Amino acid sequence: MDWVLSHLDDIGNLTVTHIVLCVPAIVIGFVVSVPLGYAASKSSLARGVLLTLGNVLYTIPGIALVVLVPVTLGIPLLNPVNVTIALLIYAVAIMVRSAADAFVSVSGDVKQSATAQGYSASQRFWRVELPLAGPVLLAGVRVVSVSTISLATVGALVGIPSLGTFFTDAFQRNFALEAVVGLVLVLLLAAVFDLLLSLVGRALMPWTRGTRLSAGAAKALSQPVPAGVGDVAGPGGRL
Amino acid sequence: MAIEFRNVRKTYPDGTTAVEDFSLTIPSRSTTVFVGSSGCGNTTLLRMINRMVDATSGQVLIDGEDVGAIEPVALRRRIGYVMQNSGLLPHRTVIDNVATVPVLTGTPKAKAREQSMALLDRVGLDRSLAKRYPGQLSGGQQQRVGVARGLAADPNILLMDEPFGAVDPIVRDELQRELLRLQRELGKTVVFVTHDIDEAFLLGTQVVILKRGGVVAQIGTPAEILARPKDDFVADFIGAKRGKRRLTVEQQGDGDDLLLVDSSGYPAGLISAPGGRLEPVLSGGSDPKSRSVSNKTDQAGDA
Repeated sequence: MDWVLSHLDDIGNLTVTHIVLCVPAIVIGFVVSVPLGYAASKSSLARGVLLTLGNVLYTIPGIALVVLVPVTLGIPLLNPVNVTIALLIYAVAIMVRSAADAFVSVSGDVKQSATAQGYSASQRFWRVELPLAGPVLLAGVRVVSVSTISLATVGALVGIPSLGTFFTDAFQRNFALEAVVGLVLVLLLAAVFDLLLSLVGRALMPWTRGTRLSAGAAKALSQPVPAGVGDVAGPGGRL
Repeated sequence: MAIEFRNVRKTYPDGTTAVEDFSLTIPSRSTTVFVGSSGCGNTTLLRMINRMVDATSGQVLIDGEDVGAIEPVALRRRIGYVMQNSGLLPHRTVIDNVATVPVLTGTPKAKAREQSMALLDRVGLDRSLAKRYPGQLSGGQQQRVGVARGLAADPNILLMDEPFGAVDPIVRDELQRELLRLQRELGKTVVFVTHDIDEAFLLGTQVVILKRGGVVAQIGTPAEILARPKDDFVADFIGAKRGKRRLTVEQQGDGDDLLLVDSSGYPAGLISAPGGRLEPVLSGGSDPKSRSVSNKTDQAGDA
């Protein structure tokens, strides 16, 4: 406990650093995945290509990606952007599948009826399909958020600070308490993000409160997540 | 708003022909019902009117204007559309669902909602439902909202694709009577698709019986079709062959009403005949005793 109290500054700083690494990956990952998922929901060819690509990317071990990204893009190895880009790749790999399922879950009757009422194609996307894909999209973002926060710790292995620094530090100093503190912080942060996302979802999707999900959405949500997703050990099962 | 089909044909890319060569004039301000089993192209025909389906060849004209020349989105906004399972937007409240088309065409939201409130009255829905979401309504209430939405932009044409197919028989009966009342009040050009011949005879001014491929088996008023089915297919379809439509009159005890029974002896309804006198009821028939009563009286008996 003394250690925790005397290191509150470190805990605060590393938590903020961790958030700064993760949030852009989650947000940009979502923004990139929605159109890709929409495309995947429209054509089986696009679906096959995008989802296979996603699976392949997801199998790259985290540590390899953190090294490969700077080498490929010519960014200095110790730049935190490397971690964010690596996290973004994983986020998209998971999220494209969720987004595709989300758009597939929108009832065909509702889409046809929107067309029949006189929605143009773009109005139909923004005002009907995107909001109705919301519940499944939200479920996907929640998985991405938890997995991203957990994965971001891997950057500490190449010296990019995050809550993972507590793990590497604990290992070097053979000081277990520090690792436990880091672990608790990662779990707390993931829980807070998850809570925030579900609150945002409730605020944006008032129609889902107290009513059952549409058959399509319920089906999409009940499907098992792809292997490895949400697995704290990270892609490839390795750190 | 008369609608005319001129030698319309629809072949889908996979080679199936939904409609072979269809011509028909739908008179304005009356109800025309397309009836046929699945695969008879009735929904395809309906959707050619608002260009959700485009004809492969031939023309569909509304008051002489080829719909192929009208931009589809604009066309759809001036034609009401009601479908099975209501097709309401689950993420919009009842009132916003009804206001869909007025809002799309630029009516300010507040004004569109106000007008939509009046439409809820019109279709017999309580105003307290306005803030609910469709998922919180019963099937019958959802269909009423669907009808209100179809009427919101005050279109001259209302397309109805099996709108009452998924509700239970009691609610269906209620909705059918409401539609008849609305049609008396509003006088729209209604094109209605159903699989149910009883529904077709109840609602249709003109009934079009379709065979596979959109081939017209018979067109006429319900009375014409019942009295003179053109061929065996029609007779079979309307149930005449099964004896369901051939009703005979039986006196029941000493009451005033006469019982109608079908040819299998199943009671089908009553004729209200003060004094039990048969002749005035069947006036116009040359030989009342041997004449069978058409199904029109079946409805009279239900009422």
